[in-house]
Amino acid sequence: MTKEERLKKRHRAEKRFRFYGLTSIFVALLFVVILVQNIFSKGSSAFKKTVINTEVFFDQELLEIQNGASQEEIMEADFYDIMIENLIKAYPAKDRDEEDELLKLFSGDAEIEIKKAFLNDNNLIGKTITLDLTASDDIDQLHKGNYPRDLPEERRRISDFQLVIYDYFVENKKISKNFNNYFFNNGDSRDPELAGIGGALIGSFYSILICLLLAFPVAVLASIYLEEFAPKNKITDFIEININNLAAVPSIVYGLLALQILLSTIQLPRSTPLVAGITLALMTLPRIIIPCRASLKAVPPSIREGALAVGASKFQSVFHHVVPLALPGTLSGTIIGLAQALGETAPLILIGMVAFVVDIPSSPVDPSSSLPVQVYLWSESAERGFVEKTSATIMMLLTFLIVMNFVAVYLRQKFEKRWN
Amino acid sequence: MNFVLLFLITIFSLSLFFYGRSKTKTISIKENIKLNALPKFYGYYLVLWCSIPALVFLLVWSLFEPVIIKSIIIETAANQGAIFSDKNEANLIYEKIKAIHLGTYFGDIDSILKESALAYAKFINLFTNSKVVLIFGIIIASVIYSLKKIKNNNKARDDVEAILKGLLFVSSLIAILTTLGIIFSLLFESIKFFSVINVFDYLFGTNWSPQRAFVRDASSITAAEFEELKDAFGFIPLIAGTSFIAFIAMLVAVPIGLFSGIYMAEYASIKVRRISKPIIEILAGIPTVVYGFFAALTVGPFFRQVGENLGLTVSSESALAAGLIMGIMIIPYVSSLSDDVINSVPQSLRDGSYAVGATKSETIKQVVIPAALPGIIGSVLLAVSRAIGETMIVVMAAGLAANLTINPLESTTTITTQIVMILVGDQEFDSPKTQSAFALGLTLFIATLILNYIAQRAVKKYREKYD
Repeated sequence: MTKEERLKKRHRAEKRFRFYGLTSIFVALLFVVILVQNIFSKGSSAFKKTVINTEVFFDQELLEIQNGASQEEIMEADFYDIMIENLIKAYPAKDRDEEDELLKLFSGDAEIEIKKAFLNDNNLIGKTITLDLTASDDIDQLHKGNYPRDLPEERRRISDFQLVIYDYFVENKKISKNFNNYFFNNGDSRDPELAGIGGALIGSFYSILICLLLAFPVAVLASIYLEEFAPKNKITDFIEININNLAAVPSIVYGLLALQILLSTIQLPRSTPLVAGITLALMTLPRIIIPCRASLKAVPPSIREGALAVGASKFQSVFHHVVPLALPGTLSGTIIGLAQALGETAPLILIGMVAFVVDIPSSPVDPSSSLPVQVYLWSESAERGFVEKTSATIMMLLTFLIVMNFVAVYLRQKFEKRWN
Repeated sequence: MNFVLLFLITIFSLSLFFYGRSKTKTISIKENIKLNALPKFYGYYLVLWCSIPALVFLLVWSLFEPVIIKSIIIETAANQGAIFSDKNEANLIYEKIKAIHLGTYFGDIDSILKESALAYAKFINLFTNSKVVLIFGIIIASVIYSLKKIKNNNKARDDVEAILKGLLFVSSLIAILTTLGIIFSLLFESIKFFSVINVFDYLFGTNWSPQRAFVRDASSITAAEFEELKDAFGFIPLIAGTSFIAFIAMLVAVPIGLFSGIYMAEYASIKVRRISKPIIEILAGIPTVVYGFFAALTVGPFFRQVGENLGLTVSSESALAAGLIMGIMIIPYVSSLSDDVINSVPQSLRDGSYAVGATKSETIKQVVIPAALPGIIGSVLLAVSRAIGETMIVVMAAGLAANLTINPLESTTTITTQIVMILVGDQEFDSPKTQSAFALGLTLFIATLILNYIAQRAVKKYREKYD
C-alpha cells in the first residue's frame, strides 16, 4: 500500500466516524419526532366529540312538571321517557330491535343532557328544540375515521343497521363534531365518550401543590445549610453522600416507602393527593437540593465577604445577599424537579391511585387519580375510544411539562447573574 | 380541629411579634438602655418560641394519634367479645366502628359494635381535649420563658440565628430520615418474608409464581403449604428478565448515546449543539408512562406484525419492544454524561495527538476515549441503574409471567413489574406474597445503590485526574 492509499483510507475512516456520530444524533432526534407525532396523530381527535343533532319535544304528559318548575323539581323529574320518546324519532325505525339499536348510538348521558337543557330554560314544555346529544363511543370513533367499517359484521361492534342509520345521519347533516367539554370537565368513566381528565387534573394539581409546599422550603433550607453553614465533618459528608444516593433511588422504592410508612404505619387515607404529594416530595427533595446547592455555590465568595466586611452577621450575609442572588437557579431547579414529579407514575400506583374514581376530588384527602396514572389506567382499557383519550391526556401532560421547563429556562436566562 | 389550632398558633405568633417589637422599643426608651439587638429580632424571637414547640408537638401528636386510638379500640372491641382472626378482620371492624361514629354506617349494628363506637367517641374526645390542653400549656410555658429572656435584654439576634441554624440543620437531616425510612420499611417486611422463605431459596430459585402462595395465616403454615411456598419465590427468572431487558436497552442506548456525545463534543458546531442537545434531552424529560404507552400500543403490535410477515412468532409483550423503548429513554443519560466527560479531557492531549499527524477520529479513538474511559463507564453504569429501576415501560410493555428465556421475541418479566403486580389493588396483610414485593424492593435498592456507588466513584476519580 502506498502512502497515498493509506492516507485515503485514513480519511475514509475519518468520514465514516463522523457519519456514525451524525447518524446517531439524527436517529435520536428521529425518535423524538416519531414519538411526538405518534401521540399527536392519535390524540388530537379526542378534543372533539361527535354529536347527533336531535329534535327534542318536551311533552308535559311524559314529564309531569310545569313550565317554570323549580330547580329541585326538575332534578327530581324523570327524563327517561322523554329521552326514549325523542331519540327513537331520530330515524324511522320499524320495530323494537331497530329502536334498541338506534338508542345505542347515543351516549349513556343523553338523559342528563336533555335534563340540563331544561334546567337552562324551564319554559320548554310543549316546545321543540334541537339539541346536540353526545354520540356513543362506537359512532364517535366511526365518525372520526378511527373505526374500519369494511370488516365483516360479526367482527364489528357496530351492526349493519347502525351503519345505515349513521349514513342517514351523515346525509341529513345531523351528525357533527363539537368541542369535547366532557374531556376536560368529567372524571373517569367506563364509557370512553363520557370519560374525562377533570378528576386527574385536580388530583395532579393537589399532589404537585403539596409536593411544592413540602419539598421547596426543606430543599432550600437544607442546601443553604450544606453550602453555607455546615462544618466540614463526617456528618456533613454522610448527608451529602446520602442526598446523591437518594437522587438515584428508583422511584418505585419511594412507593414502597409510602406504602409502609404513610399508609400502613401512620394510616393516611389511601389513593389521595395528600399521600401522593408527600411521596413525591420525598422523591423530589434530593433532586431539588442538588441544583439549589449548585446555584448557591455559583455565587462568588466576594459577595459574602463584602457583606461580612460591613458588619453583617453570617446569617445576614447569606439571607440578605447570597440567597436572593441564587434564587433564579433555585427556582428553576425546583420547577424542573416538580416537572419530573408531575410525570411520575410508579409510586402513585403503589399508593392506590389506580382506583377507579368517578368523582372529581374536592380536597387533597379525597380519593383521586392523577394525569400519568390516568394514562396508565386508560391504556389498559380495551375500548378503542380510550386510545385517543390516553393520547390526548399525554398531550396535556407534555404541554404542562413543556411550559414548566420553559419557565425554568426563562427564569435562569433572564434573572441569573453570570459572574465571569 | 387541627386547622383551628394552626390558625390560633399563627395569630398568637403574629401578635407576639408586634408585642415583642414595641415592648422592647418602649423599654429601651423608658429606661434608657441600649438594646442588644434591633427590636424586630425580639419579635422574631417570640414568634419562634411561640410557634416551633407547639407545631412540632402538633405534628408528632397527629402522626401517632390515629395509630394509638386504633390499637386501643381494637383491644376494647376484643375485650367486649368481638372475634377476628387476623389483622384484616381487625381493620374491618375498626373501619366499621369509625363509620358508626361518623354516622355513615348502614349495616347491622350489634351491641359489641355499638359499645365500641361509644368507646371510640369517648377516646376521640379525650385525645382532642388533651391535645388542646397540652398545646396551650406548651405555648404558655414557652411564651413565659421567652418573655423573661426578652425582659433581660438578651442578644436576640444571636438567639434567633441559633434557632434558625438548628432549623436548617434539621432540614438537611430529612434526607437521612428518608434513607432510614426506606431501609427500615424495606427491611421490616423483608425480614418477615425471609423468616418464611429461606434466603437461598429466594436467591437461587428458578421459579417465580407468587400467585400460588396464597396463605391465609402466615404464622401457621402446614408442611404442604411450605413446600409450595419454598418453590414459588425464585429470584433467578426476575433478575434474568431484568438484566435481559436492560441489556437490550443498553444495546440501543450505548452506541447511539455515545456517538451522539462524541459528535456533540468534538465535531458539532455551536449552533448544531445548541439545537440538538436540548431536543435529545427531551427524551429524558418525557414521563416513562408515555414511553410505556408507546411501547405497548405501537411498538409491540408493530413488531408482532413484522414477525408475522417474516413467519416468526413474536409476543406482543416482547422483551425486544420494552428494551428498545427503554433504550431510547436512556439515550440522553449516556449522551449528556459522555459529552460532559469528553469535554473535560484537556485540550493538550488532543493537540499532542494532532501534532504527530493523527486525524480527528484517530485522536478521538486512541487518545480522547481512553482518557475519558472511566467517566464513560461511570455514565453507562448510571444508565444501567436507571434501566433496572425503570418501572412503567416494563409494567406496560413487558410480560407478567416469569419466563427464563434469552429469546428477545418472547415475553419476560422484571423485578419492578412484579412489585407493581403484587401490590396493585387490594393486598393481603402479612402474606408472603405481599412481603415478597418488599424483598424485591430491597434487592433492587441494594443493586442500584452498588451500581451508583461504583459509577460515582469512577466519575469522581476521573474528574480528580484532570482537575
